[in-house]
Amino acid sequence: MRMRLIPDETKIDFFSRSKLWLGISGLLMLGSLVSFLMLGLNFGIDFRGGTTIRTESTQAVDVGDYRAAIDELGLGDITITEIFDPTFAEDQHVAMIRIQSQDDQEAASAEMVETVEAALAGVTPDIRFVSVESVGPKVSGELIQTAILAVSLAIAAVLVYIWLRFEWQFAVGAVAALIHDVVLTIGVFSIVQIKFDLAIIAALLTIVGYSLNDTVVVFDRVRENLRKYKQLVLKDVLNLSINETLSRTLMTSGTTLLALIALLVLGGDVIRGFVFAMTWGIVVGTYSSIFVASAILLKLGVKRDWTKTGGKGNAGTQFANVDA
Amino acid sequence: MLYIETWKRVLVWMVCAAGLVFAAPNLFYGRVELHNDAVKAIEARGSTPGLEADAALWPNWLPSDLVNLGLDLRGGAHLLAEVQVQEVYAAKMEALWPEVRDTLRDERDTVGTIRRQPAQDGTLRVKISKPENMAQALASVRKLAQPITTLTGVGSNDIVVSAQGDEIVITLSDAEKIASDDRTVRQALEIIRRRIDEAGTREPTIQRQGADRILIQVPGVGSAAELKDIIGTTAQLTFNAVINRTSDENASAGVGNKLIPSMDEPGTFYIVDAVPVVTGEDLVDAQPAFDQNGRPAVNFRFNPHGARRFGDYTAEHIGSPFAIVLDDEVISAPVIQSHIPGGSGIITGNFTVEGSTDLAVLLRAGALPAELTFLEERSIGPELGQDSIDAGKIASAVAFAAVLIFMFLTYGLFGVFANIALIINIGLMFGLLSVIGATLTLPGIAGIVLTVGMAVDANVLIFERIREELKTAKGPARAIQLGYEKALSAILDANITTFITAVILYVMGSGPVRGFAITLGLGILTSVFTAIYVTRVMIVTWFDRRRPKTIEV
Repeated sequence: MRMRLIPDETKIDFFSRSKLWLGISGLLMLGSLVSFLMLGLNFGIDFRGGTTIRTESTQAVDVGDYRAAIDELGLGDITITEIFDPTFAEDQHVAMIRIQSQDDQEAASAEMVETVEAALAGVTPDIRFVSVESVGPKVSGELIQTAILAVSLAIAAVLVYIWLRFEWQFAVGAVAALIHDVVLTIGVFSIVQIKFDLAIIAALLTIVGYSLNDTVVVFDRVRENLRKYKQLVLKDVLNLSINETLSRTLMTSGTTLLALIALLVLGGDVIRGFVFAMTWGIVVGTYSSIFVASAILLKLGVKRDWTKTGGKGNAGTQFANVDA
Repeated sequence: MLYIETWKRVLVWMVCAAGLVFAAPNLFYGRVELHNDAVKAIEARGSTPGLEADAALWPNWLPSDLVNLGLDLRGGAHLLAEVQVQEVYAAKMEALWPEVRDTLRDERDTVGTIRRQPAQDGTLRVKISKPENMAQALASVRKLAQPITTLTGVGSNDIVVSAQGDEIVITLSDAEKIASDDRTVRQALEIIRRRIDEAGTREPTIQRQGADRILIQVPGVGSAAELKDIIGTTAQLTFNAVINRTSDENASAGVGNKLIPSMDEPGTFYIVDAVPVVTGEDLVDAQPAFDQNGRPAVNFRFNPHGARRFGDYTAEHIGSPFAIVLDDEVISAPVIQSHIPGGSGIITGNFTVEGSTDLAVLLRAGALPAELTFLEERSIGPELGQDSIDAGKIASAVAFAAVLIFMFLTYGLFGVFANIALIINIGLMFGLLSVIGATLTLPGIAGIVLTVGMAVDANVLIFERIREELKTAKGPARAIQLGYEKALSAILDANITTFITAVILYVMGSGPVRGFAITLGLGILTSVFTAIYVTRVMIVTWFDRRRPKTIEV
C-alpha cells in the first residue's frame, strides 16, 4: 500500500476563482509593501553597519543590567536581546548585543569592543564573547547595493531563460510569481522583525530558484499539453497540466519542507532566520506557481500554433529537444 | 527498449565510486586532519616519531583532501582591509623631489634659483626665479618621466608636469596612479601573507577584493584584534638623515623634513630628512643577533640597490648621525663611524632578546607599503562554530531520514532506488567539495539540506511520469523509458534556472553566502546526475533481472 498525498487523479478547477486569488495575492503584496514602508526591516549590521557581540554565560541574562553597564560608555543606540533556543544546554544563556556604528571610524575599534567586554564582565564574571562582528558603513552601503543587484540580476536572467525556452507570456507569468514571492517574503520579515542580513538575501535568491523550479515544471507540462490537445481551450489545458503535475508539486514541496522544518527546529538559532525565509518561500512559491504564474499566463493568452511560427521556425522549442 | 550499454553502466558506477572515495576522508575528519598536518610538517621540517605516528593515522594512497570548514563553523577571525593607496603618491613625490632639485640646479643659469613650495600630498610645487624660461624648466623636468609598462597605461608617462605662474606643478599621471595602486595592493597582499605564514596559522584565506581591498580570513585565531596585531597595521622601516636633535615637540621641521620622537628616550625628538636614504623594502634579510657588548641587536642585509645607496651615503657622511626609523619612531640614531660598503649592518638599541627577534621578523616580512583601514571585522569563537556543526549534523540527519522514509512510503521499491541515489548524491557532493577545496559554511549546510529536499525532485518527476505512462497501458518497460524521456525537459529547465541563481549568488556573494552558492550549485549538478543516470542504471538492472509483468510505482 502506497502513501498518497492526493488521489491519483484530480480534477480541481484552479481558475474558477482566479480573480479572487489574484486579488488576494495583490492585496498581500500591497500589505507587504505598506508594512515594509511603515515598519521597515530589522537590518543586520551587514546592511547598516555597526557591531554585534554574542555573549554566553552560565548565569541568566539580565538585559537591564547589561544595558546599564553599556549605557555608561556612551556608544549611542544599543540593542540587547536574549536568545532562547531548544538546542541550548540547560545553563547556556545567550545574548546578542548590537551597537550602532561609531561616527569616527569604519569598523569597530578593538578598544571599543574591549571596554564593552570589560563592562559586561563586571556584570557577569563568567561571560564569554563567542562572536564579535563589526561592519563599517562603507561596506554595508555597498552590500545593500550588491544585494539588490543580485536579486534583480537573478530575476532578469531567469526572465531571459524562460523567454528563450518558452514564450514571452510564460516568462512574464514566471517573473510575476517570483516578484510576488520576494515581496511577500520581505513583507513577512518586516512584520515579524527577524534580522535581515546577507544570509536572508541568499535565502531570497534560493526562493527565486525554487519558485521558478516549480513554475517551470508546470509550464513544461502546459507546453506539452498545448501541442497534444490542440482543440482544448487554454483554461482547460492549464487546469489539466496543473492537475497532472499536482502530485509531483506536493511531493517535492513536501520533501523540501520536511528537510527545512528539521533544520528550523534543530539547526540552532544562528541560521534560524535564514531557514525561516526559505520555509516561507517554499510555501509561497508553491502557491504562486499555480495561482499567480498560471493565472497570469491565462490572462495573457498563448499563441497556440506551435507548428507554423513563420520565419522563426519552432520558436520556443529550439532548445527543448534534449537527449538523455 | 530498456537497454544501457555496458560502458555507460561502468562509467556511472565508476563516477559514483570515485565520488565516494573522495568523500571518505570527511568521515574521519580529525584523523585525516592530523595526518595532513603531519605530512606537511615532515615536508617542511623533517620527521619526528610523533609526526610519523600522526601521519600513519591515514594511509597515504587514499585521497586526503578535506572539505574546509568556514570561519562560522571552525571559529577564527575575518578582516576586510582597505589599502590606503593614495599614501604612496605622497611618498613617490617625496622621492622625486631630490631628482627634480638636482635637474633644475644643473640649469641654474636659465631657470634661476629654485624653491620648493608647500603643496597637498601627492603634488610637488617648485617655484623658479626666472619664470620667463619656464618652457625650458618644464622640458628638463619632463625628461625625468618614465614610460609606464603596464597594458592599460601603454604610451603614457608616470608624471604630469605643468606650469602655474612661476611654479612648476608635478603630479602623478592617472595611468601611473592605477599602476601604482595595483602594485601597492599586491605588495600589501604579499606582505600580509608572509606575516600570517610566519605566525604559522592553518589555511588562511588572503584574497584581493576589488581595486584596493584585501580579505583576510584566518581560522583558529582568537579574535580580529589578534589578527590585526599579526598583520601589524603599520611597520615601516626607514633609514633617514638626521638634521637635528631637539627636546621641543613643537619644533618646526621645515619643508621636506619631519619631526619624529625617539622610541627609548622620552622627550627627545629628531628632525630628519623626510626622504629616507634607504627603506625597509631594500632589506633582504634580518636576523636577531648580539652586538659587541653582548646586548640584543638585529643584523640586516640590503639588496644591491639598497647596499649601494647605503654605502654611498655612509661614505659621504662619516661623523654625522643617521636615524633608524620604525613606524615614525626613531629606534636609534647612531653616528656613522666609517664607510659601510657591504650593504649589511646592525641595529642596536634598547632591545630585549624578544624585542630583537620580533623586530627581525617584522623586517624580514617587509613593511606594508601603505596603511590599512579595516572595513569589516569578525571574530567567531570556536565553541559557537562547534555548536553550529552539532546542530547542523542533527538537523541534516533528521532531514535526511525524514526524506528517505517519505520517499519509501510513497514509491516503494522505486523510492528505495531514489534513496540510494540520494545517498550517493550526498557522497558525490562531499567528494567534489573536498577535491575543489571548497569551504563549507553554515548556510552551506543549509544548502546541503535544501539539496536533500530538492534532489528527490527529479526522481519524483520521473516516477510521477512513469505512473502516468503506466495508466495508458503500454507495458512497464515502455512506461519506464517514456517516464525518463518525457520528464527530462522539465528536470533540465527546473535545474538550470536554479543553477543560474546559484551562479549569481556565487559571483555576487561573499563569505558564507558564497559557501551556500557552492553547495547549492554542486548539489544541482550531482543530483541531476544521480537522479537521471544512477537511478536509471539501477532500475534497468533490476528490470533486466526480474522481468516483471507489471510494476507499481
